[in-house]
Amino acid sequence: MSRPWPWFRGRPVRPILSVMDSDEELVLRLRSGDERAFIGLVERYQEPMLRLAASFVPSRAIAEEVVQDTWLALLRGLAGFEGRSSLKSWLFAICVNQARKTGTREHRSVPVADPEPAVDPSRFDGSGGWADPPEHWIEAAEGRLEAGKLAHRVRVWIDELPARQREVVLLRDVEGMSSDEVCTVLALSEGNQRVLLHRGRSRLRQLFEDEFREVR
Amino acid sequence: MRLLRRRDLVCQQAVELVTDYLEGTLSRLARRRFEAHLAGCPHCTEYLAQMRETISVSGRLAPEDLTPQMRDEFVDLFRRWQSEQQ
Repeated sequence: MSRPWPWFRGRPVRPILSVMDSDEELVLRLRSGDERAFIGLVERYQEPMLRLAASFVPSRAIAEEVVQDTWLALLRGLAGFEGRSSLKSWLFAICVNQARKTGTREHRSVPVADPEPAVDPSRFDGSGGWADPPEHWIEAAEGRLEAGKLAHRVRVWIDELPARQREVVLLRDVEGMSSDEVCTVLALSEGNQRVLLHRGRSRLRQLFEDEFREVR
Repeated sequence: MRLLRRRDLVCQQAVELVTDYLEGTLSRLARRRFEAHLAGCPHCTEYLAQMRETISVSGRLAPEDLTPQMRDEFVDLFRRWQSEQQ
């Protein structure tokens, strides 16, 4: 697409998404009508929001609608976004609200009361010490990650976590949001958030261990 | 074998405290007990390292690329929205 004269006075042409562009910068550009800034945000958050929405609604198609509504809500609400929260929490909060409104799935009460041990109790001896201690896998995982062969599997593992654990792990560990932000977005107490995070991470750790035990 | 004091942690308890430890929500006393356990237990030390690695790998998952078709759809969405604004 050619740029209107005088093109040399315009801002330098940017790639669609550069890791250098912060969300704040993309929002500023989006406010001035920059289409590429919008696509940049979509590239960053479409897939994470789909994964999050999918945990509230019964089908992928509905999750896609929820996320599309979230993008429209972003465009409509852009003028009112004051940057008091990060764009990321704002966007995820809209997404979760839309998903809850749409969600035909009863939003389950937090099953925090059900005990779920971090490690299979049969791996400990009678006095609570390791009988079957954790096997080493960190170096192997790093090697396969570098070779690009692990990320996809880890995504599948996360998608298969129980819904509430998945939501917390996605926001905390994949998206790197703070515990406060996640509690707000998911309407969870700090304590429940921590329990869900602990269970989700513990399950994932076990999946890593299983994965590399099979390889040997 | 060292005598197990009543207040010492066993491994099965220690693995349940890992997230609280990493989140910094243990009391000072509980934190000290946890660290004292780790100092004498290579398996739980390995376990903690594996939990850290699990978190670290999750944080390095980049979003998958948009398909060209999806990209086009979002460009359309944006342009439709823009034309409604005028």
